[in-house]
Amino acid sequence: MKLTGAQALIKSLEMESVEVVFGLPGGCILPAYDPLLDSPIRHILVRHEQGAGHMAEGYAHVTGRPGVAMVTSGPAATNMVTPLCDAYMDSVPMVAITGQVGRPFIGTDAFQECDTVGITRSVTKHNELVMDPHELPLIIRQAFHLATTGRPGPVLVDVPKDVLQAEIDWWWPSDADLAASLPGYRPTTKGHPRMIKEAARLIAAAERPVIYAGGGILKARAAEVLLELAETTGIPVVTTLMARGAFPDDHPLCLGMPGMHGNYTAITAMQQSDLLIALGTRFDDRVTGRVGAFAPTAKVVHVDIDPAELGKIRKPDVPIVGDCRQVIGEIVKALRVLAQPGSGVAPPDRTPWRSQLSGWQERFPLHYDPQVEGDALKPQLVMETLRDSAPDETILVSGVGQHQMWASQFWKFNHPYTWVNSGGLGTMGFSVPAAIGAKVGRPDRTVWAVDGDGCFQMTAQELATAASERIPVKVAILNNAYLGMVRQWQEMFYEERYSEVYLSPDLPDYVKWAEAMGCVGIRVEHPEEVQPAIDKANSIDDRPVVIDFRTDAREKVFPMVPAGASNDQVVVHPSQAPGGERFVQ
Amino acid sequence: MSNPRPTHQTLSVVVENRSGVLARVSSLFARRGYNIISLAVAPTDDPAFSRITIVIDIETTSVEQMTKQLFKLVNVIKITELDPSDSVERELLLATVSASGEARSQVVELVGLFDGKIEDVGYSTLTVMLAGDPARLDDLEELLRPYGITELQRTGRVALPRLERQAPRLRNATGKAS
Repeated sequence: MKLTGAQALIKSLEMESVEVVFGLPGGCILPAYDPLLDSPIRHILVRHEQGAGHMAEGYAHVTGRPGVAMVTSGPAATNMVTPLCDAYMDSVPMVAITGQVGRPFIGTDAFQECDTVGITRSVTKHNELVMDPHELPLIIRQAFHLATTGRPGPVLVDVPKDVLQAEIDWWWPSDADLAASLPGYRPTTKGHPRMIKEAARLIAAAERPVIYAGGGILKARAAEVLLELAETTGIPVVTTLMARGAFPDDHPLCLGMPGMHGNYTAITAMQQSDLLIALGTRFDDRVTGRVGAFAPTAKVVHVDIDPAELGKIRKPDVPIVGDCRQVIGEIVKALRVLAQPGSGVAPPDRTPWRSQLSGWQERFPLHYDPQVEGDALKPQLVMETLRDSAPDETILVSGVGQHQMWASQFWKFNHPYTWVNSGGLGTMGFSVPAAIGAKVGRPDRTVWAVDGDGCFQMTAQELATAASERIPVKVAILNNAYLGMVRQWQEMFYEERYSEVYLSPDLPDYVKWAEAMGCVGIRVEHPEEVQPAIDKANSIDDRPVVIDFRTDAREKVFPMVPAGASNDQVVVHPSQAPGGERFVQ
Repeated sequence: MSNPRPTHQTLSVVVENRSGVLARVSSLFARRGYNIISLAVAPTDDPAFSRITIVIDIETTSVEQMTKQLFKLVNVIKITELDPSDSVERELLLATVSASGEARSQVVELVGLFDGKIEDVGYSTLTVMLAGDPARLDDLEELLRPYGITELQRTGRVALPRLERQAPRLRNATGKAS
């Protein structure tokens, strides 16, 4: 069968069971948009290429399937760099297809030419410029394979216009063709049996163990087996920013989020533990604080599918390269063997540890100054009301900053794949497009984007995409008229010298913005309006809704471990440090 | 050999012989802040693969991290860490040296002592060549310097692991093998 390169591209996407492509056409990718008309694949026309990338990420986060974005060459490809880097940092499976100038024009500074593979090399798991039209189906198959196996990540395929126009004999590479074409790619998924035994031995003997669960749990679809590990051993679990929902927040063993804005118990449990069971996580600086002072008495079992993460930051006592789901399953089995009578292992007494943990939980719960009549609206109150009014399994998406931390702190994540955010790269503007992608992937779920006013202005033109494509996402802007997190740092660490952080509460007018984009816009200025506005938003299901919550700019995110400080120096809410001391040991 | 902690190590990296692979390797080093001392690339006996011989500075970064990060590149097939004491390392040096009058015969004699060659002869300069162990190249370079080196080009080293020849017991006795 003869096909054009463009037809082969679209057919290859169909072969990969792609159901939706987020994109925007232009000169060099034009040929690919013609066969798209005849394809069952849904195309969502974005308003900016960055939006297409984040939508693909949002889709991938909630479905586990690779998100696909397709844009043209040059400026479109450079607009894709941020989402690619975001997906790379957070290990999100994604395939980006970019147009490129025709092969004879490559290297001539042609119109809308840029070195896309050169520019995106360090922000993709792999990328490829298709120079032989016959290879197109193979390269697409490789892209999906690479994006979804091993440590997932973004893959970019750059396709010159004349490759799309060339005629090829259609073929679809077999598994054997695929394997032969990637001789250097064999991810290890099965953990080393001796290491698994050693891990089980340490786990069985630990007196103050903590499971440190990261985003890899979700990527490996390992939430169930994590629950089994925790319940079999009775070991408490912290869930990092990328792992919120990987272990239910309402479970008695859940300690919540650790790290810079984690809760006191999660941070301190890790600090004082004698064994960290690190699963699908990478000892990020936002989690460890000053690395040299992080969990000084803990031995470390570290499981990750990426061998380069083992020992990158913290040298593990037991390194295990493998897929979290498989390895945790094997560890649970090994623990059962150890627990058999006559195995000679006496289980340690963990009662003191448990009481220490619950003591901290009692003394240092998440806290904010309660709403006072006549005072500005507390953003935390908005989060709590959103949470309590949300239908079960609502997907929460956030941008980056204070609102992101409040979202993670005050929401109750009881199901995996209900939290979408930009963790590693910290991309402001992530939430609106990512929420749209999430809603496309899970149309059956309510999707709430919590955003800051700073973030919102970066990508909110995608609300036009949502309205025209009938993707009814809901956006809660915690509008404090500031770049809130920067303001917080300037208040705490720059002697309240506020530099370039004020944005204005009503420029732009967010309600008018929403209405101009075909969404419902609601403004909330007083606490008593919060619940009715959220109820109204939850009842609307035929178009997007934006609520402009005018919140108190003075609110800060607590607890906080200042940048560069040790995790022993948690700054808790002032009301929890009765002596007025800033740091609580 | 006298230095117990070597400052460099050689990585022999077999990669797919495709366009852009060298760029992937070098941009990885740049991106992660690893220092390359020298680098040599050429196809292997199988034209589908190339061998990149990289001498890396291991005082600033761990070899293990570099190797692991390199191995994440999809086009990297195999990485061998070559300990300088357990591998054959060779490099080629070309140098143009001022050599007129008396100096001329001294340079010729010096190069002869090193088993090097005179590759080109000018009125007042000589271009000399030496292939061999990089340390020997360093020695010759140092000895030629007083005469005035006007051009110098070194290839960067290529290396292969030393062959198993001696009885393992004997090698253990030298404390090298492990």
